[in-house]
Amino acid sequence: MSTTLWIILAGAVATYLTRVGGHLIISRFETVHPRVEAGLNAVPAAVLTTLVAPELLHAGPAEWAALAVTALVSLRGGLMAMFLAGAAVLILARQFVG
Amino acid sequence: MAAEAISEGRSGSDFWAGARLSMPVVVASAPFAILFGALAVDNGFSVLEAFLMSALIFGGASQMVGIELFGQHVAPWLIVLSIFAVNFRHVLYSAGLGRRIAHWPVLQQALGYFIMTDPQYAVAEARAQSGQTVGFAWYLGLGLPVYVFWVIESALGAVFGKLIPDTHALGIDFLLPIYFLGLVLGFRKRPLWAPVVAASAIASIIAYRTVGSPWHVSIGALAGVLLAVILPPHHSGVGKRP
Repeated sequence: MSTTLWIILAGAVATYLTRVGGHLIISRFETVHPRVEAGLNAVPAAVLTTLVAPELLHAGPAEWAALAVTALVSLRGGLMAMFLAGAAVLILARQFVG
Repeated sequence: MAAEAISEGRSGSDFWAGARLSMPVVVASAPFAILFGALAVDNGFSVLEAFLMSALIFGGASQMVGIELFGQHVAPWLIVLSIFAVNFRHVLYSAGLGRRIAHWPVLQQALGYFIMTDPQYAVAEARAQSGQTVGFAWYLGLGLPVYVFWVIESALGAVFGKLIPDTHALGIDFLLPIYFLGLVLGFRKRPLWAPVVAASAIASIIAYRTVGSPWHVSIGALAGVLLAVILPPHHSGVGKRP
């Protein structure tokens, strides 16, 4: 078997371990401490923020405009509306400021 | 019989309700799947290998990191470790999701974890937060289209890789941050949302500048989660429930 295939298979196993790992560890406890629950509740916002924040370091005017419009639309609209508005502004702004 | 038919009909409509919610994710990830396929071939993968990587790992950012390191002839074990690091955030998702799908049969849970991605977890969690059950049919409807399109588009990207037009003008590289920002903002009514987001944003930027990618993801997330754990429970709103 080629090296590439080994990398893919080992990467797949490692990835699946991360996907079941949290559950297998947490489910060993019968009751969840309030602080642990507070921590778990914070997970999605905490992780998703890290996928956005560093992007701000190399964001130009077009990217900032897109994010600002996304945030603005979030006050009223749902996820699809936010995404489409942000993407539209980005594509439009990039035609002008590149 | 009648009851079975009704329950089957409900699963069907649950599946399609989930599938409808998967559409933004399918649209947002499509360019990345095609880009991944094109870059994979460019970095020395065959079309079959690009297809297999998408089908078996199913984690966009980690696949991008994997082929990038492969192209740089980095040691195989280090490539696998990097894939693990990028995907490490799933441990946190998995712990959260486990509370929502514990009532499924074990095999369904095993499959459920396999197709768990950032948006998959976020949308399922949002549904649970709104007081609705996260059922297997609904969850599969949410995840399966994303998976199928991801794998097919990766292979297409690998085949037609060199035909991609100006990706910058199409904003392809910035679609996922926009999508992720939308998800973050969707959680804004949660207790401690603002301090958690601020802590994770600052920590991830510092980590990105110092330790470097992909560790900024795990480090930034840990900062936000730790803050929520450290703050007294009455702030986080979890101790109030009877």
